[in-house]
Amino acid sequence: MARIVGIDLGTTNSLVAYMNGKTPTVIPGPDGRTLVPSIVAYTPSGFLTGDAAKEQLVRNPEHTVYSVKRFMGKGLADVTQELRYFPFKLTEQNGVIRLQIGNKALTPPEISAMVLKELKARAEAFFGEEIRKAVITVPAYFNDSQRQATKDAGKIAGLEVVRIVNEPTAASLAYGLQKRTQGLIAVYDLGGGTFDISILKLKGGIFEVLATNGNTHLGGDDFDRRLVDVMMQDLKAKHGLSVEGRPELQQELRVRAEQAKCRLSSDTEAVVEVPLPDGKGRYRRTFTRSELEKLVDDLVEKTLTPCRQALADAALTATDVDEVVLVGGSTRMPLVQQRVQALFGKTPHCELNPDEVVALGAAVQADILSGGIQDMLLLDVTPLTLGIETMGGVMSSLIRRNTTIPTSAKELFTTFVDGQTSVDIHILQGERELAKDNRSLARFQLKIPPLPAGVPRIEVTFMLDANGILSVTARDVRTGEVQSIEVKPSYGLTDQEVERMIRDSFVYAKQDIQERQRIEAMNEAESMLRATEKALARAGNLATPEERAAIQEAVANLKSTMAGADHRAIREAIEKLDKASYSLAEKLMNTTLQEALKDKKLSDV
Amino acid sequence: MGTVKKELPLARSMCWHCQSDIGGEYFCNQCVKVQPLSKDMDYFTCFGLPRKLNIDTAQLQTKFYELSRVFHPDFFEGKSEMERAVSLANSAILNQAYRTLKDPIQRVEYLLRLEAGAAKDIPGKAPADLFEAILEMQEHLEEFHAAKAENDAETLTRGGELLRGARKALEAKRAALENRLAELFQIWDKLIEKHAHDQAQTAAKERTLKEMRDLLSERAYVTNMLQNITEALA
Repeated sequence: MARIVGIDLGTTNSLVAYMNGKTPTVIPGPDGRTLVPSIVAYTPSGFLTGDAAKEQLVRNPEHTVYSVKRFMGKGLADVTQELRYFPFKLTEQNGVIRLQIGNKALTPPEISAMVLKELKARAEAFFGEEIRKAVITVPAYFNDSQRQATKDAGKIAGLEVVRIVNEPTAASLAYGLQKRTQGLIAVYDLGGGTFDISILKLKGGIFEVLATNGNTHLGGDDFDRRLVDVMMQDLKAKHGLSVEGRPELQQELRVRAEQAKCRLSSDTEAVVEVPLPDGKGRYRRTFTRSELEKLVDDLVEKTLTPCRQALADAALTATDVDEVVLVGGSTRMPLVQQRVQALFGKTPHCELNPDEVVALGAAVQADILSGGIQDMLLLDVTPLTLGIETMGGVMSSLIRRNTTIPTSAKELFTTFVDGQTSVDIHILQGERELAKDNRSLARFQLKIPPLPAGVPRIEVTFMLDANGILSVTARDVRTGEVQSIEVKPSYGLTDQEVERMIRDSFVYAKQDIQERQRIEAMNEAESMLRATEKALARAGNLATPEERAAIQEAVANLKSTMAGADHRAIREAIEKLDKASYSLAEKLMNTTLQEALKDKKLSDV
Repeated sequence: MGTVKKELPLARSMCWHCQSDIGGEYFCNQCVKVQPLSKDMDYFTCFGLPRKLNIDTAQLQTKFYELSRVFHPDFFEGKSEMERAVSLANSAILNQAYRTLKDPIQRVEYLLRLEAGAAKDIPGKAPADLFEAILEMQEHLEEFHAAKAENDAETLTRGGELLRGARKALEAKRAALENRLAELFQIWDKLIEKHAHDQAQTAAKERTLKEMRDLLSERAYVTNMLQNITEALA
């Protein structure tokens, strides 16, 4: 079986890991570093990712995107609150956010795909072979759209995502493998942009998730912003400076804030120094740990509500939990550790590197899927209730949150009017009563044979697979006929868009010039073939037998070159076909012109 | 009726892959391909259990883990599309079966559906002996909500006390209902153990099912009421 790697696609940093015998291991880059900053920068010479892109943050702020995970599977309206913190421009098209970088508008999956490609290249250099399959982790509280967007990112990067695994459960796999733990564990995962809590039962190699909860918009980024807000106020009061229209300054503040926050986990004081524009000298500010703790206290408090909810959903109390495991860089903060300890009444474990444990767990899951480890099995749950909109805009639930996946629900639909031929179905995810307060996932139209009201019976099956991703099928109960359904995602890319992005992603990668030229030639060849086919179908009779034979030969020739990798051969074949079909094109043009003129005359009459 | 052939928990007696007779429980004995669970198979059969209401949940969990190791999609990665589809469908059935049987209330609701073809959701019905008390509670609840809207501190304090009292009464009622339900579980299980098929047996079964259904209906009402009070007090 082809090798499967484990990837932690994080808000701030990403990693790739593999199973080294029985030990999950992170693959380092050429410089020995294991973390790849989840940052993409556009420069005149092309796109940069990782550490190279990080260097562009302050130098090239408008063309350097970070924390793109916060935008996965979201529309613009979802993120308006935080737009002021990002120096790059965002727009929306068909329910998907676009990030304006240079003259390009890229979607979050495309940006994430660039980070994934960096990790893929790293793994390929390490193994000396092509890597085509990966397990990718996502926050447990990610909804269907966000999971789908992550899968799309993998596809665009040329990776088959064989499994989407929840980050806290991935961490539990790595933890359980190392510690051989049994019993109830709580995984508290506070990363750069998201928070998750998962309660698991570990028994005889089975990792059964009992409940999960979280907040996909709460993490270290929000802590940084509290410091940035203080500095922005200072700058306004002391120097009359605003960051508006000064993306470099804005980015400088954010980067310094993050550094200060990290330092305050070990030190009690941290100094921030920022050079000011317009020759206004330097800005200097000392932050103490207790000051930071006061600034972020409510945010840390906000993580405890999901913890209590998860415990309640699992019908447990905090004292039932045997061990608490901390995951994610933000759990390095002493305040976070104190709060978790107070809630669960026991010292949390933080021996495993909180930055790496999720990627290690992804590698373990990859090994299980490859048939390596056979005694471990993860039984995960869906974090959110799935339902459909019913009369009066109310959500009727089909699959409750914390149901073990895979799972399915069936619903029978009928008509209210004689001869009604369709029923519109709106799929939702969330815990609120009203449809409008929940997340819209998708809509589709059920086709129904025209019959008296109430007679048709269409059974729709909603299936959540082991990735927590939804698929829908419909069956006519009377005839047994299966209906294919075209689901229109509310906040997602269509299959065609993903296909196009897969091609585009090659075009964007500057290191793949050869490949890009081939893809461009392929695209051109395909459109040429389509045009020729059309011309033959419409006006084949205009061509002489010799011309037809010449065209067909040129078509066959082009098709055979397209199987190869040489873009020059493809180009030559395109030219040959162009020549062979020239006279036909000319004749076609003339007839179309004549037809057009004829129409004109008719309409003039 | 004639002789009843031992029913296999499978959709068909023929392997979808090699067309041979399936000898194995979940896999074909010939080609070792995983076989789909029957759509008509009930959750009790899925776990190899009789239709009794008292279940050893530790044993149920052990069996659930065991079957998960048989069917989970993790073990079918790289297999054919059909095998992956079978594994996915079987896992979904297994997970639902476990979720339903694990919880005593869901378990008895499911049994009612199997035995009496009851509707999917049993509608709530106010317990007759609490009828007047419940009317009063609803009044208190409305007053409390109104006081909340008007920020009437005095009424809120008094109403809060009344509601907390009502909550206690309802909790006691629910406990009583659940105690009786537990008794009925025993009665039902004894009936099943008897293996009798006479009229008396059928009548006794029907009586028990009917009483369980009524109890569940009242319990659903009380639970809903409790939830409303808890939400108001929060």
